[in-house]
Amino acid sequence: MRQVAIAGIGKTPFGVLAGQDIRDLAADASRKCMRNAQVTAGQVEAFYLGNFAGPSFVGQNHLAPYIAAEIGLAGVPATRFEAACASSGAAFFHAYSAVAAGIYDTVLVTGVEKMTSQSTPKVTEILASAGDLNGEIKAGATFPALFAMIARRHMHEYGTTREHLASVAVKNHANGALNPDAHLRKTITLEQALAGKPVADPLTLYDCSLVSDGAASVLLMPLDRARDFTAKPVLVRGVAQTSDFVALDQKKTITAFPAVQAAGQKAYKMAGLAPRDIEFAEIHDCFTIAEIIAIEDLGFVEKGGGGPYSAAGHTARGGEMPINSSGGLKSKGHPVGATGVAQLCDLVLQMRDEAGDRQLRRNHLGLAQNLGGSGATCVVTILEKV
Amino acid sequence: MSEILPGGVVYTETVIHSAPESLAGQAPYQIAIIDLDGGGRLTARLAGEAVRIGDSVAFFEYQDGVPFFNKSSL
Repeated sequence: MRQVAIAGIGKTPFGVLAGQDIRDLAADASRKCMRNAQVTAGQVEAFYLGNFAGPSFVGQNHLAPYIAAEIGLAGVPATRFEAACASSGAAFFHAYSAVAAGIYDTVLVTGVEKMTSQSTPKVTEILASAGDLNGEIKAGATFPALFAMIARRHMHEYGTTREHLASVAVKNHANGALNPDAHLRKTITLEQALAGKPVADPLTLYDCSLVSDGAASVLLMPLDRARDFTAKPVLVRGVAQTSDFVALDQKKTITAFPAVQAAGQKAYKMAGLAPRDIEFAEIHDCFTIAEIIAIEDLGFVEKGGGGPYSAAGHTARGGEMPINSSGGLKSKGHPVGATGVAQLCDLVLQMRDEAGDRQLRRNHLGLAQNLGGSGATCVVTILEKV
Repeated sequence: MSEILPGGVVYTETVIHSAPESLAGQAPYQIAIIDLDGGGRLTARLAGEAVRIGDSVAFFEYQDGVPFFNKSSL
């Protein structure tokens, strides 16, 4: 297997981007990425697209060639990957595998979602289609409801509190306020977060990530080749994708995600690293409870300790394990299909010392965790500044 | 569906305030994952009084294929 590096990144801002359709967004991020890596469209050999629900949100199917042709890639293999909120993480994992195996030398991976042209109840319904339609969703569950039931059980088993959950939102908003590309650039107080409008008890509006439009891209090359294109290649030190049951009521436990634990263990093993070696991370905070469980599942803190660890400030930018210095899905925004690749862009920005006001000092080894649905897909990636 | 389900114990629950389009008129409503007596879990709607983790519940009826449970009166 060859060593693989990220040679370029590109992102649109995240938010309500009324003037741009799904193809505009994906093309914008893709072109920025190719310029950033200083490659021409003619040099790109394959296009991997992550997108959750373009056909439902905007009605367009056959999206990968639709977007690839727009950016001058007509002719190359162009395929869409769907794995709920881990769609572009999955696209990245498969693109990585092809480059590592020697099939391609230059591959573009783009994630995109266009969500804000639909009403909130309709968005809620489309997102719910990533759950089990014959069981939990038929019974009336929404995605916030699934994570609300996870939160209730975590509170019951470990004593996690509403304040612990709210502290994650406060921290991620503080980070996102410094990110010029973030959807919601405002700080919030603990009191505001606790008094949010109820969505699914015990979760309020401030526990939930945002409904956003946006796209993000990375360009992959073998490390040797990447050095010819950029002075700051970032090495993919480890990456793993795992799966689990879709329905929450089929899992043995819901206070840990086996898919996250397994993806973390595989990625650590591949990288030859332990959780304590990781210096910072982008974590899939689709809901505040998801960040708390993920930092437990990834071994940054003992099981059940995620809430107190977050509330104590250890995951803030100045803490011992900065989590979501980008603002996370909570503040940066969560255009579902773009999120996995956007997390990688944020790790790369930190490693290039290009993260502006949110720049971290310890930035050599970073981890991204991208979760699909209520834990049925997980992609964990470990990047290294080389 | 005329199947009769066993009773069980609430494993976890939530009251949904922000409903999907098709159920918008019914919010707020409660759902729960129930550990069924005899084994197995399922996700169901609750009718009547609100329940909490650990509460015993009994099968009430199916409505449009969705199982409804309510709090046991024991």
